[in-house]
Amino acid sequence: MSRLRRVPIDVWFEPIIIVVIGVGYLLWYRSTTFTATEQASLGWSNLQSTIGAHIRLTVVATVIVVVVAIPLGIALTRPALMRFEPIAVNIANIGQAAPAVGLLVLFTFWLGTGFRTAIVGLVVYAVLPILQNTIVGLRQVDQRTIEAARGIGLSAARTLVQVELPLAVPVILNGVRTALVILVGTATLSTFIGATSLGTLITTGVTLFLPKLLISGAILVGLLALIIDWLGRLVELAATPRGIS
Amino acid sequence: MTDVTSQPAPVTPERNVTGASITLDGVVKRYKGQDKAAVQRLDLEIDAGEIVAFVGPSGCGKTTTLKMINRLIEPTEGRIFIGGRDVTREDPDKLRQSIGYVIQSGGLFPHWSVAKNIGAIPRVLGWDKKRIAERTEYLLDLVGLDPATFADRLPKDMSGGQQQRVGVARALAADPPVLLMDEPFGAVDPITRVRLQDSLIAIQHELGKTIVIVTHDFEEATKLGDKVLILSEGGHVEQYARPEEILTDPATPFVEEFVGSGAKLAYLTVSRVRDVDYDPVTTARIGEPAQTVIERAKAAGHTWVVVVDAAGRPRSWPSLTEVASKPEVSDYLDRRLPVVAQSSTLNDALDAMLAASQGATLVTDGRGAVVGSLSIGSVTDVIQTKLAENHAAEAAPSYETYVDGSDPTPTPVVAAADDTATAEPS
Repeated sequence: MSRLRRVPIDVWFEPIIIVVIGVGYLLWYRSTTFTATEQASLGWSNLQSTIGAHIRLTVVATVIVVVVAIPLGIALTRPALMRFEPIAVNIANIGQAAPAVGLLVLFTFWLGTGFRTAIVGLVVYAVLPILQNTIVGLRQVDQRTIEAARGIGLSAARTLVQVELPLAVPVILNGVRTALVILVGTATLSTFIGATSLGTLITTGVTLFLPKLLISGAILVGLLALIIDWLGRLVELAATPRGIS
Repeated sequence: MTDVTSQPAPVTPERNVTGASITLDGVVKRYKGQDKAAVQRLDLEIDAGEIVAFVGPSGCGKTTTLKMINRLIEPTEGRIFIGGRDVTREDPDKLRQSIGYVIQSGGLFPHWSVAKNIGAIPRVLGWDKKRIAERTEYLLDLVGLDPATFADRLPKDMSGGQQQRVGVARALAADPPVLLMDEPFGAVDPITRVRLQDSLIAIQHELGKTIVIVTHDFEEATKLGDKVLILSEGGHVEQYARPEEILTDPATPFVEEFVGSGAKLAYLTVSRVRDVDYDPVTTARIGEPAQTVIERAKAAGHTWVVVVDAAGRPRSWPSLTEVASKPEVSDYLDRRLPVVAQSSTLNDALDAMLAASQGATLVTDGRGAVVGSLSIGSVTDVIQTKLAENHAAEAAPSYETYVDGSDPTPTPVVAAADDTATAEPS
């Protein structure tokens, strides 16, 4: 019981918002009637596949970013590679500073349109938060704890896996969560380069002036971002080792 | 049960030394971009089973030297032998697994329980679970923590002193012959520090390891060290000798100055409680009928009784009148009970008495069981005897032998406003 009371506010507050918005949208969706054009996009089976495509885009991009950025962050905190850290962080910074639409469009010249190009653009855009948080997370581990680990005879690799990474997990996961949320939003833009996402609803809504499509797209992206943020928070709490708070 | 402790517990007749000797042969540490070496050509011989304390001002290279022994810092030149084996060419990780290492406030892994912390190296060495569990239990008991209570605790749920004890247990996990300690007791309060020091001495007595301890506290060095190494800048050896020798015969002006004020009460910091005659006490177990205890105390001529637990560790120290106020001996725990170990210095004993505002302190053996009591009178007797010896040795003229007019020094002035309440208004 006392464990429940210690649950941080964001863990239970966010789902309330999600449920309120979700239920509101559902009630509206059930009660409103669609024209044939609207039905083509907002019919349940179509809507389902659009949401599915959006989630797939987000998740694939996140997995690739995690696989690239975390090992890179680890490598850049090792003494031998430490001097490359400013360069790498700067490149990642440029990736994020460049406008996402521009980045995606530029990549189409190189890689053509479609899912794969969208993924590349998203990955470049979202590397920074995970890379940065991996570096910061590893760097904030108490040097004396690391010295103690080496001093009692743990090898460098064991120290990394058993001591440094577990202690950096909260910060790294926080970066992953930030990246996920950024990606959910940015994935809407991939509609410009021919990859289906919830952005397709919004652009169609704008060009054909169909407010129902526009609003549906916006609300669904928002809901998805909130849900993913919340799930990320739960994973963060579960993965944080006892003993560090 | 009539356990009137009449004599101090017998000292272990022979020590089993499991430590290994350490030899530093022309060891130099030079950092890149610095002209002056951090440690300049250091030769040192540390005997197996001894505690050696490295002490000196900051920047003297004491920590650097310590870390070169387990190669956390690689020596630039020279060789280091442990138990006659040249370790400068060994795999550093393997080497460190065979050397215990303790740092300030323990350096425990915050995300691991006490048991997991202690088992870190045994797991790397591939011990089976049962053996690790037994070893953990033995070590926790050795450092004075109850295994049932502490094995599953997280470091953050323990006091600094307890964490430090776990740090020592972890360092001893793989039964290394050598233990290196880098300012281990720097971050704990003075009373806890004294307990940890006594505990370390008891552990050392039981295991006979070779211990090298770095400290900036000269008093701690003299208390813990069988030998003390005093270093000055650049790892220059000023003196390497037994504490008594350093106190009575400082080798250089540097040592003299470094020892400084500590030497004034030197014999209090080198004399141990076990060197003084302490008094027997009457002990009583919890739950014993008050009347039998009182009779037993009266027969021994005592007016105070020490209540002990099943392991003989003291819980309270009531007078006979207090004992008589209850039908049975109570399990009351006096948290301010003054207690020192036989290995404590007389200085520690005085501290303990002053902290508890008592005229005496209980004395315990290596396992914490009470063996007697030490009164402030016994301590002052020691001081007086020492003073008398010093006076006899001094050649300075006394009142009787002084020739009038031979010393024109003016009268020294020692004055202070002794009563601020009546001080004149300005």
